[in-house]
Amino acid sequence: MNHLTLGKKRAFSLWLGALSIVFGMLFSATPSLAASPSPSPSTSTEQLLIKGTIKNEGEPVAGVSVQITGNGVDAKATSGADGKWVLEVATKGVYKVEILLDSLPEGVGLRDPETTVREANLTATNTAAVLFPLGKDLRVVQPIGDQIIVRVFSGLNLGLLLAVAAIGISLIFGTTGLNNFAHGDMLTFGALFTYLFYVVFEWPLLIAATATIALSALFGWSQDAALWRPLRKRRLGLNQMMIVSIGFSIVIRYILLLVFGGETKVISGEFEAVVIGPINTTVNSLGSMGISVITLAAVALFLTRTRIGKATRAVSDNTSLAASTGIDVERIIRIVWVVAGALTGLAGILYGLQFQANWMTGFQILLLLFAAVTLGGLGTALGATVGALIIGMVVEVSSLIIPTDLKYAASLIILILVLLVRPQGVLGKKQRIG
Amino acid sequence: MDWLNIGSLALGELFSPFTATFILCALGLSVHFGYTGLLNFGQAAFAAVGAYGMAISVLTFGLPLGLGVLIGLLASAVFAVILGIPTLRLRADYLAIVTIAASEVFRYFMTTIGFAKVTGGSNGLSQFGEDFWAANPFAEGTYGFGPFMYRADELWIRLVAFSIIALGAVFVWLLMRSPWGRVLKGIREDEDAVRSLGKNVFAYKLQALIIGGALAALGGMVFVVNLSNVQPQSWGTTFTFMIWTVLLLGGAATILGPIVGGMVFFVLLSVTQGIMSGLVEIGALPFLTLPQVGQIRFLLIGLALMLLVIFRPQGIFGNKKELQFNG
Amino acid sequence: MANEISIGAAAPGCKKVDPILVADNVMRQFGGLTAVNVEHVEIPRGQITALIGPNGAGKTTFFNLLTGFDKPNTGSWTFEGKNLAGVASYKVARLGMIRTFQLTKALSLLTVLENMRLGAQNQPGENFLRALIRPLWSKHEAAITVKADDLLKRFKLDAKREDYAAGLSGGQRKLLEMARALMSEPKLVMLDEPMAGVNPALTQSLLDHIKDLKKNGTTVLFVEHDMHMVRHISDWVIVMAEGKVVAEGPPAQVMKDPAVIDAYLGAHADTDLGTVAINVPGKAGN
Repeated sequence: MNHLTLGKKRAFSLWLGALSIVFGMLFSATPSLAASPSPSPSTSTEQLLIKGTIKNEGEPVAGVSVQITGNGVDAKATSGADGKWVLEVATKGVYKVEILLDSLPEGVGLRDPETTVREANLTATNTAAVLFPLGKDLRVVQPIGDQIIVRVFSGLNLGLLLAVAAIGISLIFGTTGLNNFAHGDMLTFGALFTYLFYVVFEWPLLIAATATIALSALFGWSQDAALWRPLRKRRLGLNQMMIVSIGFSIVIRYILLLVFGGETKVISGEFEAVVIGPINTTVNSLGSMGISVITLAAVALFLTRTRIGKATRAVSDNTSLAASTGIDVERIIRIVWVVAGALTGLAGILYGLQFQANWMTGFQILLLLFAAVTLGGLGTALGATVGALIIGMVVEVSSLIIPTDLKYAASLIILILVLLVRPQGVLGKKQRIG
Repeated sequence: MDWLNIGSLALGELFSPFTATFILCALGLSVHFGYTGLLNFGQAAFAAVGAYGMAISVLTFGLPLGLGVLIGLLASAVFAVILGIPTLRLRADYLAIVTIAASEVFRYFMTTIGFAKVTGGSNGLSQFGEDFWAANPFAEGTYGFGPFMYRADELWIRLVAFSIIALGAVFVWLLMRSPWGRVLKGIREDEDAVRSLGKNVFAYKLQALIIGGALAALGGMVFVVNLSNVQPQSWGTTFTFMIWTVLLLGGAATILGPIVGGMVFFVLLSVTQGIMSGLVEIGALPFLTLPQVGQIRFLLIGLALMLLVIFRPQGIFGNKKELQFNG
Repeated sequence: MANEISIGAAAPGCKKVDPILVADNVMRQFGGLTAVNVEHVEIPRGQITALIGPNGAGKTTFFNLLTGFDKPNTGSWTFEGKNLAGVASYKVARLGMIRTFQLTKALSLLTVLENMRLGAQNQPGENFLRALIRPLWSKHEAAITVKADDLLKRFKLDAKREDYAAGLSGGQRKLLEMARALMSEPKLVMLDEPMAGVNPALTQSLLDHIKDLKKNGTTVLFVEHDMHMVRHISDWVIVMAEGKVVAEGPPAQVMKDPAVIDAYLGAHADTDLGTVAINVPGKAGN
C-alpha cells in the first residue's frame, strides 16, 4: 500500500485524526485512516489477510517465498511480479511469518539479517502487513571477532536510542514517583507522527521531525495538565497512579490503532549504506547515534548547569525539601513532562527511521526501558543512560550465544538477576532506613 | 438491532469458561494484591505456567490429565518461588516491574523455536484434554433454557470450571478469616510493623504468592482445556491487565468481588460490542468498521481501568473504608 | 558518683550490675557518613532507660540496628546472652525484644482488636495449613482476645475495639502500638519517641503505662526528646551525639554533665534543660 500517492483529502483527514489524539478529543467526529486505506480489501466481509511487499532498493522482487505458521495454519506465499504476496487465513490471532532465505535472488539479503521471522498480529485488525526490507546479502560467515564488533555496534545503537527514551521515564519517576507504563506509547506516538508528516505529507525530514518533537512535547504537557496533575491534587497513591498509567497506555495504543491502522509502517525510505570495517550500517543509523549522543549530552548539561536542571535534581532528591527552599515543584514537574515528551518523541523518530513501527512498537520496548531505568537505579538520569547502554548491549550481544528470538528475554533476565544482587541498581544509592 | 440476540449473547458470557478463567485469575490476584498488597503484574504467566505444565506433562511425558493438573499447580508454585525470592524483599513497584518482565520472559521461552519440540513454539500445543472430555458424564444432547442452552460438553466444562471457582472461593474465605489471613492483611498495611511483631513477613508473602498463583494456574488450565490448545501469544500483558480490571471492578479484598466482577465485565463487554456492531451495521456510526468495534472494546477496558482506580478503587463490593491502596 | 545500676561510677560505656542487652563496636555508615559508632553500651535489666541526643545523633538508626531492621557494617550485640548480630528482625521480636516506631505503624485498615490479636505470639492459626481448620486455633484465639480486651481496657481503648485503626487519633495510635507490643509479653520494650505527636491530655497516661511496665518486670528502652518525660520516669539516661555514646548515668547527674549540655543543646546552652522540649517530627534519621 503506497501512502505517498494519497490525495490531499486523505491527508487532511489524517491530520484531523492526529489532532484528535493530541487534544484528547473524541475520535467520533473524525474520519479514520484505517477505515478506508486505499487498496485494502473491503473490511466488512471479515476477510483476514496477511500480506507484504518484497522490495530491493525500491524495486519489487518476484518469486520470494514466506512461510506463515500459527493457529493451525502452515502455508507458503510467494511474491508476484509487483513484489506483493498475500495469504488469507481463517482465524484471528498472531501468526509467524518467516522469509525463506533460499528463495531470495543471488546477492540479495535481508537488511536486518537477524530477523528472518516476523509476527503478523491479526488479533485486533483484519489485515496485517509484514515487511522484510532487502539489501546486500550479508550472509557471509564473518570471523567471530568481526561478529562481536558488529553486535557491539548494534548494541551501542540500540542502547543510545533506549537511553533517550529512558531518561524521560527516569525524570518522571524521580520527580513524581510515578512508574509510567504509558511511556512506551509516547514513543509510538513519535514514530507514527513522523510517518504521518514525513511519509504521508511528504514534508522534509527536518520539518517533520521538528513538528513531531513539538507535538510530543505538547502531548507530554497536556498529559500532565489533564491527567497526572489533577491526580496528584487528589493525592492518589503512587501504586494507583501506576495502574492508571496502564489503563492510559491501553487507551493511547488503541486510539493510535484506530487512527493509523494496524499495518507496520516503513518510515526509513532509502538511505545510503555505509561500510566501516566489518560493520554494515546506514546513514540514518549513524545519524541516529550522533543525535542520541548530542541529546544525552544536552540533557546532562541541562541537569547539571542550568537553574531549572538543578531544581529538577533537587526535586528528585527530596521533594518536600526542594519545595521548602522555594522551588516551584509543580512547575518543575510540568517542565519534566514536556522534556520527557519531547525526548521520547525524538526516540520514536529515531526508532522509526531505523526500524519499522506500528501501534504496538512502544509497548514492546517499554519493558526494555523499565529494565534500563531499574538497572541504573530508579530516578537518576545518569543511571538510566548507563542502564540503557547495558540493556542495548545485552540484547544485541547475547544473540551471539543464544537464539535471536530470546534476546529480549536475556535483557529481562539480566534485570531480575541484578535486582537479586544489587536492588538499588548499578548506580543507585542504598536507601537509608529510619 | 437485534436486542434479543445481544441480550442472550451477553447472558451467555455469565457462565462461559472464558469468564471462569478470569474469575479464577482475579481470585488469585485478590490474594496477592487485595489481601497482601503485592503488585503482581505477571498473573498471566502464572496461568500460562499452569496450562503449559499440564499440557507438557500429558503430551511429552504421557501422564494422565489428573496428574498433569497437579504438575501444573506444582509448576506455578515453583514459578512463584523463583519470582518471589529476588523480589519479595524489595519495594512494591520493583515487584510490579519484575513480575511483568518475568511473565514476558516466560512467553518468549514458550515461543522460541529452540524449545518447540516440547512447547510447540508459536503454534502451541493441542490434544492434551482428551481425558477431560472422555470423563463427561452427560449424554449427548442439549441442556438448559433460554440463553443458557448448552451441549453436553459445554455443560461439562462449565460445571467443572464453576465448581473449581466455588471451591477456590471457599478456600480463600477460610484462609482470610483465619489468623493467617490477618497476618497477610497486616503486611498489606505495613510490613515493618508486622515484622516487629515477630512474623516472618517474607514467608507469608511467598505463601500468598504461591496460593494466588495456583488459583491462576487453575484458571489457565480451564482456558486451554476449553480451547483445546495452548499458545504463547494468549498470555501477553493484555491478559494480565484484563485480570486487574476484573478484580478492581469487583473489589480487591473481597471473595465475591472477583466472581461478580468477572461476570459483569464480560457481560458489559458483550453488550457494548453488540450494540456498537449493531449501530455500525445500520450505518449509525459511519466512521467505524466492524473490526474497529473490536478495537474500541480494548480501548474501553483501558478507560475502565483508569476510571475505576481513580473514582472507585474499592470496586462494586469493596468496603469504602477498606480502600486497597497504599503508597 | 555511685549508683545501684552501674558497676562503679557512671561513665560512657560503663558496665551494669545486670545488663539485658550488651552491644559492642556497632558501626553503621551511609555512604561516607558514620551514623552510628557505639563502642560499648549495656542496657540495665528491669529499669527504664532513656536514649537521648540531638537530631541526627543516630538514636533511631541504633534502634533499627539492634532490632534487625538495618544491618551494621561491623559490630555484635547480645540480648540475654544470645548473640543477635545478623538475626532477622522477626526473630529478634520472637526472643522478647519488641520495638515501636517513631512514625506510628498502626495497621490502619485492621480493626483495633485485630491489631491487638496480631501482636500475640504462637497463634497456631497463623500457620497456613492449620488456618483452614478453625477448631485448631479457635481456643487460642479466644484466649488472645481476652488478653487483648484486658490490655485495651488498661489503655482505655476498649470503646474503640471494633473501629478501624485508621479512625484513631495520633495519640491513640501510639497507645495502640504500645498495647500491641505488650500482647507478646516482651522482656524488653523499645519505644521510639512514644511522646511525639501525643496530645498533652494523653501524656500522663502514657507515662503511667511505661511505669507500669517496669512494675511488671519489663525492661524499657526509649528514645525521647521531651526532657520532662526523661527526668520523670527514667532510671538511667544514655546520651548519644554524632553516633557515639557521649554520656550516661542517672538522669539528675546526666542533666548537669557539661559534655551533654555541649553536645545536646548547642545554641540553647543557657536554657534550663528541664524546660526544653524539642519535638521534631519528620523522617530524618535521629
